[in-house]
Amino acid sequence: MKKLRVIKSALTAICRNPTRTFLTTLGIVIGIAAVIALMEIGNGAQETLQKNIAAMGVNTMRIFPGTVTRSGVNTGTGARANLTMKDAEAILKNCDHVEAVSPVLWVRGQLIYGGKNWNPYSINGGNEDFLEISGWQIEEGEPISSMHVRRGSKVCLVGSTIVRELFDGENPIGKDLRIQNVMFRVIGVLKTKGANMMGMDQDDCVIAPWTAVKMRLRGAGSSSIVSANTVTSTTTLSASSTYTTGVTFYPEASSTLPPVRFSNVDSLIVSVPSADMLGIATEEIIAALRESHKLLPENEDDFRIRTMAEFTDFLTSSTKTTTNLLLCVAFVSLLVGGVGIMNIMLVSVTERTREIGLRMAVGAKARDILRQFLIESIVICILGGIIGIFVGHGMSVALAKLMGWPTSISYAAIILSVGVSALVGVIFGYYPAWKAARLDPIEALRYE
Amino acid sequence: MSLITLKDIRKTYIMGDIKLPVLKGISLNVEKGEMLALTGVSGSGKSTLMNILGCLDRPTSGEYWLDGKEISNLDNDGRADVRNKKIGFVFQNFNLLARTSALENVIMPLGYTAAHMTERQMIEAGKTMLERVGLADRMDHEPSRLSGGQQQRVAIARALVNKPQILFADEPTGNLDTHMSDEILKIFREINERDGVTIVLVTHEMDVAHSAKRIIKLKDGEISDDTVLEK
Repeated sequence: MKKLRVIKSALTAICRNPTRTFLTTLGIVIGIAAVIALMEIGNGAQETLQKNIAAMGVNTMRIFPGTVTRSGVNTGTGARANLTMKDAEAILKNCDHVEAVSPVLWVRGQLIYGGKNWNPYSINGGNEDFLEISGWQIEEGEPISSMHVRRGSKVCLVGSTIVRELFDGENPIGKDLRIQNVMFRVIGVLKTKGANMMGMDQDDCVIAPWTAVKMRLRGAGSSSIVSANTVTSTTTLSASSTYTTGVTFYPEASSTLPPVRFSNVDSLIVSVPSADMLGIATEEIIAALRESHKLLPENEDDFRIRTMAEFTDFLTSSTKTTTNLLLCVAFVSLLVGGVGIMNIMLVSVTERTREIGLRMAVGAKARDILRQFLIESIVICILGGIIGIFVGHGMSVALAKLMGWPTSISYAAIILSVGVSALVGVIFGYYPAWKAARLDPIEALRYE
Repeated sequence: MSLITLKDIRKTYIMGDIKLPVLKGISLNVEKGEMLALTGVSGSGKSTLMNILGCLDRPTSGEYWLDGKEISNLDNDGRADVRNKKIGFVFQNFNLLARTSALENVIMPLGYTAAHMTERQMIEAGKTMLERVGLADRMDHEPSRLSGGQQQRVAIARALVNKPQILFADEPTGNLDTHMSDEILKIFREINERDGVTIVLVTHEMDVAHSAKRIIKLKDGEISDDTVLEK
C-alpha cells in the first residue's frame, strides 16, 4: 500500500473519534511537554549558572609566586617576590588564549572620611583590565583607566559596603578618601556583588590603580601611621636569595611605568575567553613564565597557577544531575501515556474488527493491517508529541515570564521528543496492531 | 477450461474430540460468465462453501482450481493476492467504511495492490465504477447519508474496481426491501452480461436465486440439486 494513502487513512481513522484521540494523546502531550519544559528550564538554569560562575571568575586564573624555604622554614605560596609586570607583558605577548592580564596587589589599611573610619576587607590594586577580569561592574562613575595606571593616580573605586559605612548614603563620587593617610579621590562606585562563597563580603573593598597602591600604600610605609597593618612581607623577602632567579627587580626606567623601587606584584589575574580554554592557557602561561623567569628544564616552577575549573565542573554536573532526575520523572509519564495509547488501540482494533475483515477480504495482507495500525498509533503519538512540544515550550516561556526563571530553547530536546514519541507509538502500538493482523477474515467479517 | 473446478472438496471443523463435517465432498464446475445462485437452508454449508470459493478459507481436503491454478494450498498472503486480483465481494451488511466518502470506499482495495496506478488513476477508476452503478452524483457522500440500496451499489462498485473475474455476493439483498433488491439484482445481471463477470449469489431466498441462470442447492454439505434455468 502506498505510504501516502496509509498515512491518509490513518488520519481519517484518527479523526473519526476526535475526543477519544485527544484524550488518548493527552498522556503523550503531558509527557513530552514535561520533557521539553524541563529541558528548556534546565538549559536556562545551566546557562545562568555558567554566567554566574563566569562572573565569579571561572574563566580566570590567578598566578601566585612560588614558595621559598629559608633555613628550613617554608614560607608558603606567595612568599617569593618574583612576579612582575614583565611577566604580565610576557603572558600577554606569548599566550594566544589569554584575553587580559592584570597585576593584583592586596593590602589592608584604614579608610578615613570625615569623622568616620573603616578598615575594609581588601584594598586591591589592578590595572585598567582588572575590573573586567574579576567580574566587577561600575554602578556609577568611571572605571580605572590606563592613564590612571600609568600615572599612579590616587583615584579609587569603592564597594557598596564602604559607601554605606563611610559615606552614610552620600554620593561618594568626587570625594576625597584617606587610605592609610594618603588622599585618594573616589571616581566610581562598584556594583554590589554580595558575599563570596567563603562568606567574605566582596563589597567591602576599594580598588585603585596598582601603581598607586604599590607606590603610595605599600612601599611608602614610612609616611603612613598605619603601615604596620599593611602586608609588607613581600618587600621584606624581596631582598633574599630569590634575586638569583635572574628577574630584574629594578626595571629600567620606562616611559610607561614611573620609577618604582620594587616592581613585584602579589599575584597576576588572567582571563581567558571561555572556561574550556583554561587548560591550554595554563600550559601557555607556564611556558611563558618559565621563559621569562629563565628557568632551566631541571628547575621547578617558581610560581603557582590556580583556577576554579573543578568548582565549575561540580556546579555544572550538579545541575545536570537535577535535570536528568526530573527527565526520568518525565519519561515515566511518557511511559504511562504509551500504555494509554496501547489501551485505546486495543479498543480500536476490537471496534473495527469488521473493517479489518473487509480489508482482508479485498486483499489486504496481514502485514498491511499491521502497518496500518502501527502507523495509526505512531501518527497519534507524533501528533501528541508535536502538541506537547508547543505546550512544553509555552510552559517554559510562561515560567520564564512569571517566575523570572531563565529558559532557553533546546532543539536537541525537540528532536529527541519527536523521536521518543514515535518510538512510544511503535512500542505500544505493536501489540494491538499484531492482534489486528492475525485476525481471521471470516470471523472478523462476521463480528458484530 | 472452466473458471472454477472443485474436486471432492471437504471441510471438517474439529471441536474438541468431535469432528463436524460441514462439506462432504463437493465437486463443481463453473464456466466463465456464468451467473449462479448458491442456496440452501442455514446449516447446509453454503456459507462455508462460499468462504472456500472466495479464498477466505481453505478446504480440509480436495482440489480447488481457479482460473487454471490449484489454490487450495496457498498461504494467507497468497490467498490475499488472489482475493485482491480475481475476486470481488458484496456482503449483506454492505461493510462500508464509516465516515469515508463513497469514492474513497470504492478505491480502498486499489490501495493494497495497485502499485502501478497513480493516485489520479485510482480516483478515475473509482469514479468510473460509481458511474456504472448509477451513483455519479453521490461520490462525496459518506455511507450514513446513503440509502441501503445506494450503499449496496457503492459496495458493488468497490467489488468491481479491481476488475475481478468472479463476484461473490453473500445475501446481497438480505437487508434491502423488494424494490431495492430488484435494482441490485438488475445491476448484477448487467455486470454479468455486459462485462462477462462470473457472479455467485449466495442466498436462501428462492426468488433472488431465480434471477440467476443456474441454481445449486446445498443440503447437509452436499449438492442436492444443480439446475440450469432456461430463459
